[in-house]
Amino acid sequence: MSGENAGNEFFRLTVNGIDHDVRDAWVGESLLYVLRERLGLPGTKGACEQGECGSCTVLMDGEAVCACLVMAASAVDSEIVTVEGLSTDGEPTDVQNTFVAAGGVQCGFCTPGLIVAVHHLLDRTPNPTDLEIREAISGNICRCTGYGRIFEAVRLARDARLAGG
Amino acid sequence: MTVINARSVDEALTALRDHPRARLLQGGTDLMVEVNLQRTSVQDVIALRQVSELRRWHVDEQSRAVRIGAGVPYAELERNPLALHLPALAQAARTVGSPQIRAAGSLGGNLGTCSPAGDGLPVLSAMDAVVHLRSATDSRDVSIHDFMLGVKRSARRPDELIVAVTLPLLDGFQGYAKVGTRNAMVISVASACLIHDASEGSIRLAYGAVAPTVVRARNAERWLAANAPLRGRPVFDRALASEFGRRAAEECAPIDDHRSTARYRRHAVAVLAERLLLQASGYGASREHTT
Amino acid sequence: MSTSTTTRRRGVLGTSALRPDGLPKVQGRFAFSSDAWADNMLWGATLRSPHPHARIVSIDTSGALAINGVSAVITADDVPGQLTYGLISNDQPVFARDVVRFAGEPVAAVAADHPETARRALAAITVVYEVLPALTRAEEALDTGTTPIHPDGNVIRRQRIVRGDQSFAGDVVVEGTYDIGMQDQAFLGLEAALALPDDDGSGVELFVATQWLHEDQKQIAACLGLPLDKVRLTLGGVGGAFGGREDISLQVHCCLLALATGRPIKMQYGREESFFGHIHRHPATIWMRHHADRDGTLRRVEARVLMDGGAYASTSSAVLINAVTHVQGPYRCENATVDGYAVRTNNPPCGAMRGFGVVQACFAHESQMDKLAAACGLDPVTIRLKNAMRTGDRLITGQVVESVAPVERCIRETAALPLPPELSEHPDALQLPGGSGRTARRNNVTRGIGWGVSIKNLMYSEGFDDYATARCRLANGVATLQFATAEVGQGFVVLAQQIARSVLGVDTVLLEPISTAIGSAGSTSASRQTWMSGGAVDGACRLVRERLFEQVAREHHIDPLRLTIDGIDVIDSAGDLRVSVEDASRGLVIDETFEHHHRATEELDENGQGNCHVAFAFVAHRAVVDVDTELGLVKVVQIATAQDVGRVLNPLAALGQVEGGIAQGLGLAVMEEIVLVDGKMRNPSFTDYLLPTALDAPEVVVSMIEEPEPQAPLGAKGIGEPPCISVTPAIVAAIRAATGKDLARVPVRPQDIVFG
Repeated sequence: MSGENAGNEFFRLTVNGIDHDVRDAWVGESLLYVLRERLGLPGTKGACEQGECGSCTVLMDGEAVCACLVMAASAVDSEIVTVEGLSTDGEPTDVQNTFVAAGGVQCGFCTPGLIVAVHHLLDRTPNPTDLEIREAISGNICRCTGYGRIFEAVRLARDARLAGG
Repeated sequence: MTVINARSVDEALTALRDHPRARLLQGGTDLMVEVNLQRTSVQDVIALRQVSELRRWHVDEQSRAVRIGAGVPYAELERNPLALHLPALAQAARTVGSPQIRAAGSLGGNLGTCSPAGDGLPVLSAMDAVVHLRSATDSRDVSIHDFMLGVKRSARRPDELIVAVTLPLLDGFQGYAKVGTRNAMVISVASACLIHDASEGSIRLAYGAVAPTVVRARNAERWLAANAPLRGRPVFDRALASEFGRRAAEECAPIDDHRSTARYRRHAVAVLAERLLLQASGYGASREHTT
Repeated sequence: MSTSTTTRRRGVLGTSALRPDGLPKVQGRFAFSSDAWADNMLWGATLRSPHPHARIVSIDTSGALAINGVSAVITADDVPGQLTYGLISNDQPVFARDVVRFAGEPVAAVAADHPETARRALAAITVVYEVLPALTRAEEALDTGTTPIHPDGNVIRRQRIVRGDQSFAGDVVVEGTYDIGMQDQAFLGLEAALALPDDDGSGVELFVATQWLHEDQKQIAACLGLPLDKVRLTLGGVGGAFGGREDISLQVHCCLLALATGRPIKMQYGREESFFGHIHRHPATIWMRHHADRDGTLRRVEARVLMDGGAYASTSSAVLINAVTHVQGPYRCENATVDGYAVRTNNPPCGAMRGFGVVQACFAHESQMDKLAAACGLDPVTIRLKNAMRTGDRLITGQVVESVAPVERCIRETAALPLPPELSEHPDALQLPGGSGRTARRNNVTRGIGWGVSIKNLMYSEGFDDYATARCRLANGVATLQFATAEVGQGFVVLAQQIARSVLGVDTVLLEPISTAIGSAGSTSASRQTWMSGGAVDGACRLVRERLFEQVAREHHIDPLRLTIDGIDVIDSAGDLRVSVEDASRGLVIDETFEHHHRATEELDENGQGNCHVAFAFVAHRAVVDVDTELGLVKVVQIATAQDVGRVLNPLAALGQVEGGIAQGLGLAVMEEIVLVDGKMRNPSFTDYLLPTALDAPEVVVSMIEEPEPQAPLGAKGIGEPPCISVTPAIVAAIRAATGKDLARVPVRPQDIVFG
């Protein structure tokens, strides 16, 4: 931006363990926009701009939240984890693997948000019932799969963790 | 144009004094929607995310009340131990948006936005909650009934911050129900909260999404008090509950919109009132609910 | 689901091979079109009409151009080529020039250095409108007295079907009028593209999420006034489509801005704009009268089909043809009297969505079949079995159904699937209608069961040659495939690999970028890509295999016809020779391209007679619902389905198509509708346009009916559309069974159940 519209926000975000300086941001920029367009982390997707689809789910201080509803400049001093940061070595996580293996991915647009939400679920609730799985991801809209293979992916990851895998 | 990340209530109030047109940002679930959809031109924003005072709650056994910080997220309200103290509030909290929204949204946000469809507001109304407001210079307590003025209009002055609400600890049934056309993550078409105060001997009923503000069905409440004993563990039969619902529905002023019709909303609140009263019937006598 | 018990090589046809884009997608590394980015790029944005019908008096762009950071503002005056585009007729303006015909029609576009600058620039464009009366009721569009809202007139197409005895009157007659609301595709990945202008400004390259690269290319080039080879398209990652990306949305605007500024342009719609930026499923009103013998034998159908095409034609004429030619359903019927109209109104344009006209027809004919069953004293299954179509039967168009037509088997196998258990004594509120709203207790709930069966055409119809092209290159044991088939999520990329592995005996199959660098693959729609592009990949791989066999045969002095692939080896079926494909192809580059064409079809005559469709697929659905009858809230408990798939090529992917389609049909049944008031959308957001969530998804039990289709290159029928077609009437029938209400429209709203 330039001229009268120039953003003048300066702040520092901690994303996936790395500090990022954000300069010249416009005041209303969402965390989703900043992650995608300023920090080079396009894995987090946006599909509704109002917290009604879950595609932009990230972890903020351990809580799963919609990045589109977080004003980026207010996210300072928080630990933010995106889909890119769930694994530190580049290898897929257990949940990422079961999503592929169980057929939980079609177009894949809702997938990153779901992956984050499911990690959050299984970290909090290691042995969720089917109903708890459904409720935990009821904020993540998937238009392709009808959810059946996604439920299966979550069950597979749950069972593998419970079996100590 | 700037974002001020307040670290304490005092910091927030000072900022609010210095930037009287600033918008307050709690969970972001309302304000950021406006921003994202360009419905609002944001100038200054005072972010409250890091004000830990607003995220605390405590039970005062002496005054039999729970004081809940305006920023306590719904995710905390829906869980124990708070859910044990305030079951209707927990039920309402669990109907809010999605888990992601509940991790961010709070009663302070519901009050600040003051939409009649705010899921927490019928509970506050039915429980005669008190809203605690502070400015840089003073503080005041406002009854929930005086706080909500109209659609997205409240008694909060621009220099004031909603810091907490206080709800009474009551014995008796508490229930909340919300009608939406989807099984999760849906804006209320109509909602109702019924609170039984067993020691005082009163039943209170509040509605959401059927009038410009959340409303109390005071005539129906009075009618019920005149027609049934309400102390202890009252039992209500279906005919009484049905009449209660019918009377209660007369006290709302719903509209037709893209989410539903006035006629349906009026019908729905009657059904909700009837069902909630039947759930309250004999509550606590056994695990079985008489429905 | 049936799968072979023999041990198969990993990743070949018939196995649940894992999709190659799976890992990138779960790790957030997959590049969707909205992730495209270029140095020095600008952001494009579109100004849209707030009025459903208005004359444009003037457009003043000077305010926008004066804003720092704005590089270009374009209007209809800046379109160098054809001013209009369209899939079937070129009737839709790139930008409205004199008249806007729907609320949301593009009027201008800007390029700026930041999305916020672009928004402000749009706000600074002054358009003076003279608001005109809006034609928003489809029925009015048919009135001869109504002023045409477009030079092409208000009737986009009329098609009658007249067959058999036109005065036949049955012993049993049932009648009804059915309404279908406007559904949105609501793909998650919003419209997005990146346009890169050539250095010399003579052409443009576009990365875009679309369903049909070559059709886009043709329409874009015409509007830009450029030769085809100056407009090169590459598929950007596509986040779902469902028909909503078949029409042009931002493609021309994005390219125009790139050429105007000489800089890369990124455009992406937000959710609200997406509702205005793409076409929707046609709302329809369908009147039907069924005539039958007393025993329930269907003798004649009468129908009047009225579809609201909105302001521009899009694919309305083809959608109408699908509706009228399928209106009898998967049943034998020798007499038919059908009149169908697709009309133009000032509502948002409608076009392709999964099921393409058959969804609307199916809701009507299946509702009628239940009425007929009741009138004849039969149950819903018996009446359907009695009339079930078989291979060799004729449609009401006179066309003989040559496809495998296991309608009876679909119904019987669906009926044999287990019903769900009764609700427990104390169910969790989340399991009941109303879900998280905690409105119901067990005793408020009534269960109902309903049926739906459907027929769906596969591929394009009425003489259109929607061929597909694929290329295969084999070198050193590695196959590389190239095609322009839009991967929109359905999984063609894994199917293509499976085909190459099966045909060529290779393990490694690489995929070239999906682009216009190769010939057309046709659209990813009409349940056609497994058949068409699958056929093309299969054909190209077979040509390569022939060349490989010739090479091996030459080296070993044997007849190439004796060679075959066994696992990863070439073997001599009449001798001892066994050489790995990798060894056999070492040092060679075998490169073949193949076009697959389906058999020719013909246009319908004025009586709606003719062999207009290529092939058909069938499916049955049984729905179990719990209804809170007092509040009118519904929980779909279970969907059982048996689907005619020809052959299962990838069990996991097939199941995903079935479950996903069912969820979309469920959406139409009970929650999804674009609400229009006077031509304006009241709910263009995910807050108010409700999509099924994880708590709305029913249990799905599936039986795949595998009777290989002789016409199909791989024996497999397309499977994308059938799942979403008859599930909608099945759910509504189940709600009727639980409530006793008529429910003649979808979506069924709570108030329809309570007051209906």
